Order: sequence, then C-alpha cells, then structure tokens
Amino acid sequence: MWDSTVGKKAVMATSGLVMIAYLVVHMAANAKIFLGAAGFDAYAHWLRVMGEPVLHREWGLWIARVVLLASVVAHGVSAYQLSRRDIKARPTGYVHKKPRATYATRTMRWGGVILGLFIVWHILDLTTGTVHSGFEEGKPYSNVVDTFSTWYGNVIYITAMLAMGLHVRHGLWSAAQTLGVGSRVRDRSLKAVANGLALVLTVGFISVPVGVMTGVVS
Amino acid sequence: MSAFAEYAVGEPVVDDKAPAGPIAERWDTRRFQAKLVNPANRRKHTVIVVGTGLAGGAAGATLAEQGYHVVQFCYQDSPRRAHSIAAQGGINAAKNYRNDGDSVHRLFYDTVKGGDFRARESNVHRLAQISVEIIDQCVAQGVPFAREYGGLLDTRSFGGVQVSRTFYARGQTGQQLLLGAYQALSRQIAAGNVEMHPRTEMLDLIVVDGRARGIVARDLITGKIETYFADAVVLASGGYGNVFYLSTNAMNSNATAVWRAHRRGAYFANPCFTQIHPTCIPRTGDHQSKLTLMSESLRNDGRIWVPKAKGDTRPANEIPEDERDYYLERIYPSFGNLVPRDIASRAAKNVCDEGRGVGPGGQGVYLDFADAIKRMGKKKVEAKYGNLFDMYARITDEDPYKTPMRIYPAVHYTMGGLWVDYDLQTTVPGLFAIGEANFSDHGANRLGASALMQGLADGYFVLPSTINDYLARNPHKDEVSAEHPVVREVMSETEDRLARLLAVDGDRTPDSFHRELGEVMWEFCGMARSETGLRKALERIPQIRDEFWRRIKVPGTGEEFNQSLEKANRVVDYLELAELMCLDALHRAESCGGHFREESQTPDGEAERRDEEFSYAAAWEFTATGAAPVLHKEDLVFDYVHPTQRSYA
Amino acid sequence: MKLTLRVWRQQNADAPGAMSTYEVDGISKDMSFLEMLDTLNEELIVKGDDPVAFDHDCREGICGACSLVINGDAHGPERTTTCQLHMRSFKDGDTIDIEPWRAAAFPVVKDLVVDRTAFDRIIQSGGYISAPTGSAPDAHATPVPKPDADFAFEHAECIGCGACVAACPNGSAMLFTSAKVNHLNVLPQGAPERESRVLDMVGQMDHEGFGGCTLTGECATACPKGIPLFSITHMNKEWLRANRKDKRTAS
Repeated sequence: MWDSTVGKKAVMATSGLVMIAYLVVHMAANAKIFLGAAGFDAYAHWLRVMGEPVLHREWGLWIARVVLLASVVAHGVSAYQLSRRDIKARPTGYVHKKPRATYATRTMRWGGVILGLFIVWHILDLTTGTVHSGFEEGKPYSNVVDTFSTWYGNVIYITAMLAMGLHVRHGLWSAAQTLGVGSRVRDRSLKAVANGLALVLTVGFISVPVGVMTGVVS
Repeated sequence: MSAFAEYAVGEPVVDDKAPAGPIAERWDTRRFQAKLVNPANRRKHTVIVVGTGLAGGAAGATLAEQGYHVVQFCYQDSPRRAHSIAAQGGINAAKNYRNDGDSVHRLFYDTVKGGDFRARESNVHRLAQISVEIIDQCVAQGVPFAREYGGLLDTRSFGGVQVSRTFYARGQTGQQLLLGAYQALSRQIAAGNVEMHPRTEMLDLIVVDGRARGIVARDLITGKIETYFADAVVLASGGYGNVFYLSTNAMNSNATAVWRAHRRGAYFANPCFTQIHPTCIPRTGDHQSKLTLMSESLRNDGRIWVPKAKGDTRPANEIPEDERDYYLERIYPSFGNLVPRDIASRAAKNVCDEGRGVGPGGQGVYLDFADAIKRMGKKKVEAKYGNLFDMYARITDEDPYKTPMRIYPAVHYTMGGLWVDYDLQTTVPGLFAIGEANFSDHGANRLGASALMQGLADGYFVLPSTINDYLARNPHKDEVSAEHPVVREVMSETEDRLARLLAVDGDRTPDSFHRELGEVMWEFCGMARSETGLRKALERIPQIRDEFWRRIKVPGTGEEFNQSLEKANRVVDYLELAELMCLDALHRAESCGGHFREESQTPDGEAERRDEEFSYAAAWEFTATGAAPVLHKEDLVFDYVHPTQRSYA
Repeated sequence: MKLTLRVWRQQNADAPGAMSTYEVDGISKDMSFLEMLDTLNEELIVKGDDPVAFDHDCREGICGACSLVINGDAHGPERTTTCQLHMRSFKDGDTIDIEPWRAAAFPVVKDLVVDRTAFDRIIQSGGYISAPTGSAPDAHATPVPKPDADFAFEHAECIGCGACVAACPNGSAMLFTSAKVNHLNVLPQGAPERESRVLDMVGQMDHEGFGGCTLTGECATACPKGIPLFSITHMNKEWLRANRKDKRTAS
C-alpha cells in the first residue's frame, strides 16, 4: 500500500479526514469562548478528565494527541514524498506558462507547509506557552484573549485559517476522490459539502480573533 | 509508347492449397491437411511480422500464444496506432442474431457479388465462416461493441445489404477492434513471446535460396539499418492508397514493405483495384495533406444533389428546389442515394466534370439533411449523426444542420496487393501477406464493414492455421547471418538507396513529388480510367521518377531521426508502384467494381464486365525498375455464385 | 495569415534544446495546425534547413500520434487533437509557442517528438483480458448490461496520446491508466483479472516515473476524447478494493 502513489494518497486522504473531523470538534469547542471564561475554562479542564474513570487523567487527551500526531506525520510524510516524486516527474516546465487549476488546488503544497508551521506555533503559543510571554497554565480563556490582543497573533492566526479553508476545500473533495467515493452524480453535492465545510470552519475559527478584536470576547 | 506497357504473359499462377470438394468443407480439410509443428518445437521457430494493425496485431498475438517466437515491427511509436484504428463503420459477421435470414452462405454470396466476381470463391467462403468466430473472440477480449438494453449485441445493416449483420462500437469500431488486438499483443510482449520493435521500418526483404529469411529494417530514431532473420516473414503492412497522395490513409501508411517484397519476387495482384469512397470531406486547397472520411451511413438519410445549372455559385439555401438535380435519385430511382460506393463516386465525378460541382474548385456535391430534419426532427438527426456532424463542423467550420454538407469521393482502400494462395503465402516461399497487404478476398470492390472482418480473419484464424504447414515442411537447416553474401547485398542496396537520396541535394521536397504523382494518378487512374489517359500516365510517371532522382532534396543525415528521409524513401516506391497500377488498369480493358474503364460501359453508362476475357486475377512479376513486368493469370472459377451483371437502376 | 512560431528545437534526446523563431506567411484559416507546420517544413527543406520533427499519422483524431503543446495547452486551445485543430482558432499576426509533451517518463526524441513507450508498458503490465485466440465462448453467452457496456466504451475511447500527462503539473498518467482499468474491469469478461490488473498497472505506472495525482483536473480538461476525471476516482476505488482482497487471499 505504502509503495504506491495511490496508496500514499489514500493515507493522505484518511489522515486528512481525521484532522478535518478534529477541526470540526475544535471549532465547535472554540465557540464556547463566546459563552464566557468559566464555561471555556471548564471545558478545557474536562478535556483532561475525559473518559474517567475508565481512563486515567489526561489519557483521553493523550490518545487524541497521539492519533492527531500520527495523522499529521502520515499526512506530511506522504505529502512530502509525493511532492518530491511529482516534481521529479516533470523536470522541465513549459516555456509558455499558463495559470492552471483552481487557486485552492494550486496552493495545496504551500498551504500545507503554512499549516504545519502554524500548528507548531499554535501549540507553543496556547498549549505549552513556550512562545507566549504572559501565558498562564490552566487559564485558556485569558491566554486566547491575550494572543489575539497582539497584531501579530491575529495576522498569523487569520492567515493560517484562510490557508486552512482553502486546504480543506480542495482536500475534502480530493480525499473523496482518492477513497473512491466521488462520482459524476455525487459531485455537485460533494463539492457543496467541501465548500460549505471549508467556509464554516474558516468563519468559525476566525470568529474568535474577530471577537477579541471587536471586544465581544475580552 | 512506354516500354513498360510491353509486358509479356507468363505461365498462369495457380493456387494449389485450396482443397477440392464442397466449399463449406474446404477450410476444415485444409486445416487437417496442414502439417503441424510440435508445440515443443514452436519456440525454435522465429516468425517476423511487419505491421501491427488488425491483421498484424492479431497474427503476432496468436502466433505467440501458440508458442512461436515472434519478432514484430511497426513504424509508429506504438503498435496501437496502426491505421486500422481509423475504421468507423463496423464489422460484418454471419451470426444471424437477428434471425433475418443471414447465413455464412449469404455473406459469402454478398461478398463475391459485391466484389464483382473477381475474388476466389474458396477464400471468400472461408472468410464468411470465420466471421462468426471473430465476434466471439473480440467480445472475450473486452471489445465494447454496442449493446441493446437486454445486454445483447446490437447490429445494423450497412452498405446496402438487406440483413443486419454489422457489429459496431459507435463510430469507432476499428479503434476498438485494434485495441483488442493490441492488448492481446501487449500480453505476449510482456510474456516475452513477442519481441516488439516500434519506430522501425522494413526497407527490404531477405530472400535466401528462394525462401524468405528475414528483413532489413531501419530504426527510425537512431537511423541504424539492421537485419533480422526468421523462418518465415509475414507482411501485414496495409494498403497502398497513399500512392494517390491524398487519401483517407494515415500520412505514413506506405507501400514500401509490399513493394520491396514484390521486387524480391512476390507477385503483385490486381494493383489497379482501388476503392474510392463517396462520402469524404472535400479538399479546401493545395495545402490539403489528407482527406477525412465520413461514414457512409450518412447516405441513409441525406440527399445528394448539385445545381442544375453549370457554374451556379449561389449559396445552397438560395437555390430553389426546381433548380436542384438530385442526380442519384434521378438516375437510379430504385436505389437512389444508396447505390454502391463506386457508382456514387463516379456519379459525383461526372457532375463535377460537367462543371456543376460546388465548393472551392467545384470539387464537391451537396449532401443535404434538410428533408431528414423536416421528417425526423433535428433531435433524431442529432442522435443518429451528431458525431459526424460535429466532425464535419470542426473541419469545415460550417453547420450541417443549417447548410448542406459538401462531400467528394476519395481513395480509401486498395483491394489489390501481394498475390497469395489459400494459405496466404505469396509466390516467395516463406513470405506471407495478410490483411489489406494481400490481394484479398474482396475482388474488385470491397463491401462496407468487410475490411475489419478480413484483417482479423487473416490474423487471428487463417494465418495461424496455415503458416505451420510451411514451417513444418520446410525446416531450415542452415542459419542465415549478416555475413551471408545475399544478406550483405540486400543490406548494401538499402544503404546505397538512402545514401543516394541524401546525396542528390536538389531543390524539391519529397512531398512535392508525391503530390505531383498523386495528381497524375487521381486524374488518370482514379474513378474513371481510359486507354489514352493511362498511356499518358505511363509516360508521365517515369518522367517524374527521373526528375525525382535529379532534384530531390533531403536535409540531414541517415544516422538520425529524419522524417524527410523516411518520406523520400517511401516516394521512391510509390513512383514504381504507380506505374504498375496504371499498367494493370490499362491491360484490364473491362470495368469491374472499383475499376471503371470508360471504354467498357453499357449504353446507360454502367460498368460492363467482360468475363470471357478477364475472369482472372492479374499477378504481376517484377523484372526491373521501369522495365515491363510479366503477367501471370490466375483463372477464377465460380462454382457457387454465378456471375451476373450488376444493376442498380 | 502571417504568424510567428516559436518552436522547441532539440537535435536528439541528449542534446540541449531551445525555442527557435520562424515566420510563416500565407496560412489559410482552413488549414489544420499540422498542415501549417507542413508549410513551414516545406520552406525549411528547400532552404536546406532541418525541418521540424513532430509525430502525426492518421490526421483524423483517432490514432493518438500527434502531440503538441500549443501556447501552453496540450493539443492547443480547442478540445480536440492537434491534427483536428484548425488555423481559424488563431488570428493574423499571432505568435504561437509550440513545445513537446513534458514529462520525465516521456523523454524528447527530437524537436517535438517524445518517447511514449511507457504507456505501452503500462498496458503490457495488465491492460488486457487474457483470452487466447480460439478460446472464446459465443459472443452472446454473457450479456453485458447496457450501462456497463456504455461505461466500458466511454473509457475505451482513450487514444493514448498522452495529453493527460502533458497537461498534468505532476506528469501523472492516472487518467490514461484509469481509462484502461475501468474499461476492462467493469466488463464480466474482465472480472477474473480485475484485482491483478489494477494493482499491476498502477505499479507499472509508478515504476515508469509518472507523478501522482493531485486531482487538479488538468488531464480531463486536456483530454481530446473527454475521459472524465471520475475515471481516476473509480480506479482509486478499484485499487483499494483490490488491495483489501489481495490481503485476504494472501492470509
């Protein structure tokens, strides 16, 4: 499976779908921020005790983290290997250049790289607090507000979310094709779902910094 | 008076392979009589196959499946591109799935009659018998023939026959059948049983001790000329319609393989039998490089006409009904627009010669669907002919739904070819010719949807059951190598020929000579031929040939990819073959099928056959370039289908 | 019409290549694109220059030999083969860039001619139904539902020209491969080799050095025969199915 370009694409598609599912949950949870600090922080706390008493404290969280990490690695490694292969397969370009394919399609590679870097920053910023000067452990609400009170925090975040939207837009549809569930009859609805979900995710995520900037969240 | 026309008549040529007895049993008998090669010994036999079309592809695959070692060649970059791919209409088979009275005997009868009684009965009957197996074979290979809602195969009637026996895959039957053969061949290539040489063109035949032992071929990429040896050589290199320059053949289809074989001793039979297809898109100017055929099925609903007045240049829609001449309907009231190909073609030429042709140069007639659209509605016409209309619109930039299409006849198929016996062996032992390359089972005129049938019959079923007889009876005791004096000579002749072409360094391109030759052939050896015209052509062709060798310009070298050199070398052979075609047309002072001699027509202008003098196949033996060949006649005997004069009035 | 042509010239596979500029005059709107190139070549030959090499044969859009990238588009601006493209698609005074198919798996032979034998090897790896001559049952022994027959035909229309590879930014041969896989896999006659066919053909495709599919859709847009992008989706499904089945039989 892993030896084949089609197999690698299937790995990318599956890991991509896992991450999209995670994004949906993540975005929905983010929306809790509009309900105030107490609810948001309580939710963050619950994430750590989720699954108790079957699971130990933070086990559920770590399981999710491992699955996500595995997805990111699988997605990234296959993307990297496939991209290298693709570039090698077309060593000479055309002299007459033409813009090809849609914007979302053309930006998959760079979009992916941007998202990868963003994830690192995002974790260092809001999970570990390593790059976050005023970071307070266990106070996610104020940490979020703090991040989005800086201009660079907003720029990084909003740029990344736009990239995410484009990435999901082509990625979801593309994953469906790779896994063989697309078809001529289903295409319109599939595209609508991909576009719709990309839009909802983008708007949903961006609403948080916008909320902080406009003072709705403070 | 051309010295070439002073031919001698030699001994008759006889097919001694077709068994006697009832015609329906001959093929079985022959297969039983044919000696077999032990399966364990087959891989020790190498067979060269030149060409990968329906005949060559099918033969290569089948021989390899049987266990022979096959070495195969094509000039294209892939065996999948052979020109069989362009056949549109369909393939005939006497399946009688329609229960409409078809049978092997009826297909046999129709083919002999359609060929105007110039084909060998035994061969045609075998063809009709095998037609049934071809369809089975192709379906098993996954050829996507058209099907009905019940999942069974659809058929249609084609070319004016009264039964529905033509199987088809939309307008791409040739493509689908060819891909079937190509895939079967690919499987054998992968298995190591076929050694495939694409972009390699045969330039000569190696005959040692009177037997075909190999070929000389040029790698078109590196320019390297090499020899290949085998126990038998099979030519499946197609027809020679490109002698006319403009034809529906592919640009690179050529006659070099058959012509070089002819020069090495294989008789060339009935070279003047060429088929001119009535429904092609007319040429637009001198730049025209080839002609495109549109399916004959258009004549089922379209009406053919020209203006009554000469030189009427009004647009078609402005010519009132009573000033139009629906000449086919007028001359042939019972068949109307559905008369056979040769008659429709000649009638178009006649009205154009009268100055009533339409379009650029007056070389065209209208094929009008206005009535059909009125009768059936645009939707139905579109469903039936949409593809063809689109193709026409793309090429001509005219909308056939609004203005009538313009059509004109074009050279399409050559019934003549290397003379072969019932085993498909030429007069050179060990050299076989299959498909359009042989003088075929179509006599003087081929029926629609029969070319695919014959190519596949030869390739899948006939040759693989007859070549074993030759191989088993004539084991080669000595190996031939490149050092053999005969091989060296053939090799150096080939090298010299190419070197000469490069050395002339004149001022005219290969295409300009080809075009000039084509004009002469179309004018004098085209749809209607006359003694005066043919004699003129016989005078003109050697002159063009002389000029060719004085003024040809081929840039580059022979040691590289050089398309001008390829082209020039093909023109060399056209310039010789054309002469033989004209001589054959001149000697056959009768009209039959696609060969119309103006001197031999009925009072109402129909082709008149002269069976008492010409009921034979004319097989020509080569002597020297420009020197008179020797004619060998094969008498044709008709025990089952008795010759009658065709009448379509 | 008078045109300026910028044509890729390359003496052979190993030589470096570059664009050369030519002027052609007296071009008629009714000419096909290849006839326009014929005109240029006739002039070049008479001048003693090397004519531009390009692949072509049937010139009626079915053999798949012609293969030019014209102004950045495989087969030019119309959805057809180069041989069926006519000069009326261009204007007097236009500059036209003509380049060969570009892909690592399609090395240039000379000028505009490339080596497409990789496609043949993909077919050889499994693009057939094993039905030796003479072994076939009656053609009506197995009815094929019309929708399946039509699906097979739609994919069987591929002419193997390679425009899909030329148009794909990744030089991927997925559309070509999927067309043949789908043609044969949907038919009952193709069922016994259904799994091995798709696995072997995809394997060979990768082995030839074609890129992977990123579903840009460029291939289907360039395809002169209209093989749809879903062809690839369908092959992916076949491949995944074959992979599962393959594992089952292996265990």
